[in-house]
Amino acid sequence: MQFWVNQAFNGISYAALLFLVGGGLTLIFGVMKIVNIAHGSFYLLGGYLGVALFAATGNFYVALAAAAAAVAVGGMAMERVFLRAVEGDDLRQMLLTMGIALFVQDLCLVVWGGDPFNLRGPEYFGRSVHLAGFSFPILRLFMIAAAVLLFVVLWWFQERTRAGAMVRAAVDNSEMTEALGINVPLLRMAVFGLGALLAAFGGVVGSAFMGIYPGLDFEILPYAFVVVIVGGMGSLTGALVAAVLLGLLDNFGKALFPEISYFTLFAPMGIVLALRPSGLFGRG
Amino acid sequence: MASRSRRAGIALALAGGAGLVLLVVLPPSLPTYVVIVLTECLIYAVAAGSLDLLIGYTGLASLGHAAFFTVGAYTTAIMATRSGASFALALGASVVLAAVASAVIGVLALRASGLYFMMITLSVAMCAWGLAYRWVSLTGGDTGIVGIPRPRLHLAWLTGSGLEFYYATLALFVVCLALYLLIVASPFGKTLVGIRDAESRMRVLGFNTWLHKYLAIVIAGAFAGLAGSLYAYYNGFVGPNAVDLGHSMQFVLMVILGGPGTLVGPLIGAFMVTILEKAVSVFTERWVMVLAGVYVVTALWAPRGLLGLLGPARR
Repeated sequence: MQFWVNQAFNGISYAALLFLVGGGLTLIFGVMKIVNIAHGSFYLLGGYLGVALFAATGNFYVALAAAAAAVAVGGMAMERVFLRAVEGDDLRQMLLTMGIALFVQDLCLVVWGGDPFNLRGPEYFGRSVHLAGFSFPILRLFMIAAAVLLFVVLWWFQERTRAGAMVRAAVDNSEMTEALGINVPLLRMAVFGLGALLAAFGGVVGSAFMGIYPGLDFEILPYAFVVVIVGGMGSLTGALVAAVLLGLLDNFGKALFPEISYFTLFAPMGIVLALRPSGLFGRG
Repeated sequence: MASRSRRAGIALALAGGAGLVLLVVLPPSLPTYVVIVLTECLIYAVAAGSLDLLIGYTGLASLGHAAFFTVGAYTTAIMATRSGASFALALGASVVLAAVASAVIGVLALRASGLYFMMITLSVAMCAWGLAYRWVSLTGGDTGIVGIPRPRLHLAWLTGSGLEFYYATLALFVVCLALYLLIVASPFGKTLVGIRDAESRMRVLGFNTWLHKYLAIVIAGAFAGLAGSLYAYYNGFVGPNAVDLGHSMQFVLMVILGGPGTLVGPLIGAFMVTILEKAVSVFTERWVMVLAGVYVVTALWAPRGLLGLLGPARR
């Protein structure tokens, strides 16, 4: 019992992290229709900036907000300067994001070196809540709460606000949306920034959860892609469901079959693709 | 216009032939290190050429080509170190297993097209990396498989083992190149180009487009496996880094940089990227920065590759 509850809780808290990374990627994919290989770099950059800002300010929440905002601005600049120049060509966009990902990777190596960092966070992150004989670390509870809150806010934004309606229109038919007088390029830039923000948020939280080190950008990327593929590209709800599914599978897989645990990532993707190529919540 | 592109084609064929002659004649008088680099160039050229069959000729932007390359590399590494298999046997098994792997992946990947196809192949490659990294009993995990002996070819007239393996690689490279040219010129290859340009029209004309694309994936995967097998012998070591994202992308870069759909272009791309890496590494540790720059420059200014800049682009 202890084992199952602990693993399930760990899986859900991991899912929270996966949702932050995959949710940002799915937003970017929906509106921009690009394979963004630099998405893991936003995570990495967010994590390193979070560690540095926490060391400078001593306030976790300030560090979190500032790191996420900084990466969002960087993402928007990347969209405006580079991606817009090669709009509409999948392969070129992909190569461009790959180039930027490599650049960020090497930049982080130059600035922060090869050693791993851990963000300590506020003192209470180290404590646990005890309930019915089980203990739940506060850091993990915070991750879950943050992911749920962000999901609700994003869902409300997308489904209930005028700006959200514009985004949905641009997802379905960007040319028609533009013809209606909506500034789609601006929309794209904003959504790209939002996706980067979510990934960086995940990076800061993740660096408190499992540390931050060189190579993590490309390590986290397959998870983000699989969340998007399983959930359905462009669907926030899909990303949430897929993140929970993968978080649980990955955790139980690692605990039960450590050797082939990557298969827990590959198998659901294969099954979903075989049965429903557009993903669980994707519109095919 | 037609005569101009034909003249460009002839010029290209002549240049390619001259390059090939140089590759045969020069190496005995070159320093050992240069021969080693050239061997690596040839291996990557085989892989890049096979990827061009997909990207350039079939219009399938596969981002997971390193997965099949690595299946070949690990097959050879395991067979050569654990059962002492011969060169021919390991090479053959690598090709077959890579073809089987691409046959399995192809079924999945072809469920989707366009961007979805890119994302799926990318994820597959990354899952392959995960397997290589974590399936320790088979792959040796992070340490990989070390001590793969160079094949004994008993070519007595060649002094120096580096040269012996170089010429074996060159011979296989020429065979692969000839096969690529045959495939591209065959009715099958023409159908692939037709699918690339207008898939629905080809379907209406009665072609089984799914089967053509599927076969293209399997063929390209088999050739990538062959390149991977050579790589294992060349490097003497195979680890998870052979299948990491950077590796997969580097194949794509070689194809795009040289000029997709030209076959010769990707071979040139393979030579350029490989030689550039060796040259830059002499001067600076920041090779990754330089590589990042090559990606960005290629994407922004040379989308049809170097051959596209020169003129004889075929699209």
